[in-house]
Amino acid sequence: MRTVITGLTRSKAGRKRWSRSRRSRLTTVGISILAVMVLLAFIGPLMVHNDPLTVNMSERLLAPSWQYPIGTDHLGRCLFSRLAAGAQTTLGIAALALAAVMIIGIPIGLLEGYKRGRADAVLMRMVDAIGAFPDFIMAIAFTGFLGPSLTNLMLSIILVNWIGYARVVRSIVLSEREKEYVLAARAAGCSSWTIIRRHLLPNIISPVIVLAALDIGKIILIIASLSYVGLGGQPPSPEWGAMLNDGRPYFQSNPSLMIYPGLAIMLVVISCNLISEGVRDRLDVKSI
Amino acid sequence: MLHVVKKRVLQLVSVLFFLSLLTFILMKLAPGDPVLLMLEADTVAVTQADEEELRRELGFDKPVIVQYGMWLLQVVQFDLGYSYMKGKPVLDEIMYRLPATLQLTAGGLIVMLLIAVPLVTLSAKYRGKWPDHVSRIFALTGASVPLFWLGLLLIYLFAYKLHWLPMMGKGTFKQMILPSLTLGIGLSAEYSRLLRAGLLESMSEQYIRAARARGIPEWRVLSLHAMRAAMLPVITVCGMSIGSLLAGSVVTETLYSWPGLGTMAVSAIFERDYPIVQGFVLLMGMVVVGVNLLVDLSYGLLDPRIRSRKGELS
Repeated sequence: MRTVITGLTRSKAGRKRWSRSRRSRLTTVGISILAVMVLLAFIGPLMVHNDPLTVNMSERLLAPSWQYPIGTDHLGRCLFSRLAAGAQTTLGIAALALAAVMIIGIPIGLLEGYKRGRADAVLMRMVDAIGAFPDFIMAIAFTGFLGPSLTNLMLSIILVNWIGYARVVRSIVLSEREKEYVLAARAAGCSSWTIIRRHLLPNIISPVIVLAALDIGKIILIIASLSYVGLGGQPPSPEWGAMLNDGRPYFQSNPSLMIYPGLAIMLVVISCNLISEGVRDRLDVKSI
Repeated sequence: MLHVVKKRVLQLVSVLFFLSLLTFILMKLAPGDPVLLMLEADTVAVTQADEEELRRELGFDKPVIVQYGMWLLQVVQFDLGYSYMKGKPVLDEIMYRLPATLQLTAGGLIVMLLIAVPLVTLSAKYRGKWPDHVSRIFALTGASVPLFWLGLLLIYLFAYKLHWLPMMGKGTFKQMILPSLTLGIGLSAEYSRLLRAGLLESMSEQYIRAARARGIPEWRVLSLHAMRAAMLPVITVCGMSIGSLLAGSVVTETLYSWPGLGTMAVSAIFERDYPIVQGFVLLMGMVVVGVNLLVDLSYGLLDPRIRSRKGELS
């Protein structure tokens, strides 16, 4: 009986170690895919000198060639250049939204957690209310009333997503501020600002990184989906989702118009998800 | 339990209040003058006097806060106003479109369960072996594939290449299959990941060991005893991801020209038919909040351990 049990635990431990190394390998895969995509987006345009927006009706729906590495679309625009420009649009907007979300969410979370009081109660009510809405309803509301555009889409994403950061940061600060080192710092005469900056801020870095890694893939998917529906990037702009929307009537004869942008979205999101899993493992954050 | 219900209902009211405020502010910020839009829709020559009269009639000459109060009073009575384009009450249009969306989401949920439950049961039974890997790879790719792209690939394969199924539209059972598949596959990735975690966790509980000790066959233990406990987090996720279900249905409807609420909202956005957009946003907000309330309340029904702890739910 005893041998059976030790055998079991040993194999379990072995499996755990194995799955951990496999996971870090998957993270490497994720980082490599993302690196290749980013390189293609920035170096690609240097090698393929085509303008992503120039319409050239005499060269529409061409097969791949030296001039057009993956062919042209229904308006004769170079598909590769459009994908590269689209990577800059999509990834750029997602990164911008994420940065804004953190800039808003983290200070609010820190202040709320540290100061508490009535303002905290009111803010948390508000946070609960906004947090109850899925990104997409907010996006429909924003683009619906203010007009469909990438900017309005981004605004709505920011408005919904800062909540997650404020909540996580607040909950960590709430538990940390009761600890003795904070008391010691206060006894030593540190100002609230110094305590927040030097003692509380380091605690929130890992969870925020994990949250960000999780969010970025989600944000990219939302931008692409709403652009496909027509509420994000507008036609001539080479946003990946918008490209799919744009070329839809030609998919049957030219599936490459459909395959490449979708593949690009999927690869980026998969690599983001792989990286986020690895980061979560490495930084040992379980709560998110 | 009653205490919990009261607390949750209060929360629901505050969320709805915020939603109404947001919708109203966005309505006010929206470009274009609703009065002119309404008059233009009638295609009769417009005079200054007509405009003034309609403005007064709609209460647009009063202070904003009064306008909000009047508007809220109407909304509470389910009066969502008239569509600019369709010339009929927004509520009628929503009721007309609702069944199609419900049908699609039901189809999607059925497909989701048909995929996720067997996959996860297999992966829990053969943990660490190939069925488990297959299900995890499925969950990872499924969570990363854009729904609309999946739909386009399905259309290309089954409608265009194989000619098995119609490309779009609604009516026959065959037309139901592709949209349900698209929505269901998209949803099942998320669910199978959570269901797997829940199932594996409940497999290590004492009552599973007790069930096995009683000689209950393994498949029964897995599918009845462990699954019941694993359903709990899934129901939570059901509530949390009602948003992605609705978002998915908007995308799927657009993809297959499905005449539901999603296509209604999207075309209203392009036509600047603000009352319809407003009705859609309010309705979806209510659905999300309501489903989350139901989810919280259903905990007690599913898990006897929670039921016995009184009023602890927050």
